[in-house]
Amino acid sequence: MWVYVLKRLLQGIVTVWFIATATFFAMHNVPGDPLLNDRAVSEAIRTNLEAKYGLDQPIGTQYFIYLSNLVKGDFGISFTQENREVNDIIREHFPISAILGVLAVVFAAAGGILFGALTAIYRNRLPDYFIMLLVILGISVPSFVIAALSQLTLVTLNNAVGATILPVAGWGTILHMLVPALVLGLGTMAYLTRLMRSSMLEVVNSDYVRTAKSKGVPPARIFTKHQLRNAILPVITVLGPSIAAITTGGFVVELVFAIPGLGRYFVQAVQQLDYTVIMGTTVFYGAFLVFMVILVDLLYGFIDPRVRLEK
Amino acid sequence: MQDTTDTEAVTAMDSDGNFASSAGKQLGLYALYAFLGLSVLIYVLSVAAGNSGGVVSGGAIDVERNSITIVLSEEPPQLDSTRSTDAVSFVVLAHTMEGLIAYDNNDQLAPGVAERWEINDDGATFWIREEAKWSDGQPVTAHDFEFAWRRVLDPATASEYAFILYPIKNAEAVNRGDLPKEMIGVRAVSDRLLEVEFERPTPYFDKLAAFNTYYPLREDFFANANGRYGADADMLLSNGPYVVTEWIHGSSMLWEKNPYYWNDQKGFLDEIVTAYITHDVNAKLNLFKDGQIVETSLVAPMLPTAMEQRWQIDRFMDGTLFFLEFNHRDNRLTDNWNFRRALQLAQEPSELVYKVMKEASYLPAQSLFPVWIQGVKDTFRKEYPAPEHKMDVEKAREHLELARQELGLEEFPPIVLLSGDSNLSLAAGEYYQELYKQNLGLELRIDAQIFKQRLAKMTSGEFDLVMAGWGPDYFDALTFGDLFASWNLNNRGHYRSEEMDRLVRIGRSELDAKKRMDAFGDIQQLIHEDVVIIPMYERGISFVVDPRLKGFKRRSVGPDVDYSYAYIDISED
Repeated sequence: MWVYVLKRLLQGIVTVWFIATATFFAMHNVPGDPLLNDRAVSEAIRTNLEAKYGLDQPIGTQYFIYLSNLVKGDFGISFTQENREVNDIIREHFPISAILGVLAVVFAAAGGILFGALTAIYRNRLPDYFIMLLVILGISVPSFVIAALSQLTLVTLNNAVGATILPVAGWGTILHMLVPALVLGLGTMAYLTRLMRSSMLEVVNSDYVRTAKSKGVPPARIFTKHQLRNAILPVITVLGPSIAAITTGGFVVELVFAIPGLGRYFVQAVQQLDYTVIMGTTVFYGAFLVFMVILVDLLYGFIDPRVRLEK
Repeated sequence: MQDTTDTEAVTAMDSDGNFASSAGKQLGLYALYAFLGLSVLIYVLSVAAGNSGGVVSGGAIDVERNSITIVLSEEPPQLDSTRSTDAVSFVVLAHTMEGLIAYDNNDQLAPGVAERWEINDDGATFWIREEAKWSDGQPVTAHDFEFAWRRVLDPATASEYAFILYPIKNAEAVNRGDLPKEMIGVRAVSDRLLEVEFERPTPYFDKLAAFNTYYPLREDFFANANGRYGADADMLLSNGPYVVTEWIHGSSMLWEKNPYYWNDQKGFLDEIVTAYITHDVNAKLNLFKDGQIVETSLVAPMLPTAMEQRWQIDRFMDGTLFFLEFNHRDNRLTDNWNFRRALQLAQEPSELVYKVMKEASYLPAQSLFPVWIQGVKDTFRKEYPAPEHKMDVEKAREHLELARQELGLEEFPPIVLLSGDSNLSLAAGEYYQELYKQNLGLELRIDAQIFKQRLAKMTSGEFDLVMAGWGPDYFDALTFGDLFASWNLNNRGHYRSEEMDRLVRIGRSELDAKKRMDAFGDIQQLIHEDVVIIPMYERGISFVVDPRLKGFKRRSVGPDVDYSYAYIDISED
């Protein structure tokens, strides 16, 4: 078990190193120049800027300086937010993305499992058709449309009531989180519903369910012990990557609802060629994703006794 | 397998129905658990988020607290005035800082920290007012300006706007690292007397002195900030009408009235809350509709909504001019005058603005100098009317034929139009593509790039035509007038002309106002006749303001939005 964990962690570190290296060289080969701005600067000012950011060094040297700083956990100072360290940006904004992400994933998982089970129980009947229609909508309508529409609905609702029931945008209280989290989790919820439905249907017709029925086990117990518990496994498998995807993919929702999460910095840094922030956020998100995948693999061993981790 | 279940389904329908209903009940029970669990989780998360939350806002206008709520389009990137370059930081700084000279609410120069000043041909003198105070109560002195300007020009600061101080003696040499910073021609004679020496006569220095990079900075506070000046609310020292008292990065700011500010004609509000940070125009509109912010800009598709709501729609020119810039480098087709002339004659800016872009507040451009530029007494446009332009396809074709002969070409190769990647630039690009194809049979290849890439290509000269924009730094014709001087680094098309250089030299150093404006008049004419650029449009912005807020100002030069003269008036009118 521990050998396995150690092996997975080492693999993870190599993966993160690879992400860091690939991003570093890809970023430096993107056409454009991070120091260019609206106002052209003279050779003198340009030299001053390059010296400040260490861009006057050859690229190999820059890479080794970067790697040694990375080992120390220092991502440097942002090019555009010139007073802020990338570490501060991640420390201040990631928790917000994470809170929103966790809430979204919980919405998605709870909704996905419940609706998936429901459609399986009432397969080919009205609730099934209705929910599956919504699922297809949830998967195919892009999140910026849903975000904008739900915000507009909030405005209309507030106007109709004449008071602010739910805030239209911003961050701070739980009321600010509900709608954005729901919007953020909607795609995943739809996907999980479909997954849960098909996995339930597979289980429903299995031998052990039939045996249980013929033994006269109460239906509620069959449903919980034999169907739900077995059908839920595939959902848990995809949950890990979903958490990472939701937490890192909140850019649009964060923009529309004016939420100070990390997603915004991630996307804007790429647009503005903010080298240090690109590197910092990419490596951080990469490490986060790798960690989540390892975590789910380990959890799997506890949930499903058929999976052994001793190899 | 399939068969058996089907036959079974008929016989076991009844028991299946039973199963479904009890399984359904069980599921309902789980749903209830899930709901309860969620509620607990939400409560825990809200406690966890409590310390990362924003400033509490009481809607767009809070009459009792004399406070308003606004939105910023991004987190202010740099609040150290010696280094900031962007519009959002300029907006914050315009409320928290004050230079020697300021603009009043009619865009006229007004005394700021300096109660009076004199500008001669070799220098300027500023008398600092006694009442000017920093937000910690200490007086603003001439030394604070001396320190700030030396810091701007210090090579180690790497200030991008250092060039705007170059009219000061030795400034450029110091910035290049050739001279020690003590050699800069600025000297605090006493706490209340500041003397500036010029590199060359600079009659518009009063307008420069109102610019952000000229704001003061106090040495002891700066040193104590330990390299983090401007990074947080407590790392800022202000001398303007407002002070940043809370700043939660990426989320919100609170500006409170500066109790030590001297001017009682400014800063009427007790609080300005910037509770939202987003550049999503629809989100801003929704916030405005919901009564959460006092002001928002409108883009064309929003105008019907605004009219439906019966909002009063205002507009202003944001100062920026957009134009097609030619690449004048030697090996380019666009170096040929007849070719440029042909392109000029075959287009009409009003068609672009009214039929393609359809932004109600945009103005077809007629000249390098926008409509709001001041002349000697009246507006520049009245004193020096824009050159006449009339679309003439026949004549354009003649010039194109001449160009073909001069260049010795059988046929013109495709020409490259470098453009931005916004929808508006793409629409404009497609308009020119179609226009020149129909009128001149020329093929235009659109090269759409994101901002930094476009700048890189403009700088290296990889284009024939580029859609460029220029916004003003200071309220003087020179901010546009020197754009095509051979030494100007923003002259990215490398236009070179001795006549232009001669006129720009007059424009920047002539002390006689009339002669100086005549030079700008000649520049305007030269730009047209030599076809240096093709003016496209002047950008305007439609916006709506909460009717209870008065004295709000949007400016072509300086801070885009200015609340320093704003006040709440709830009387109906």
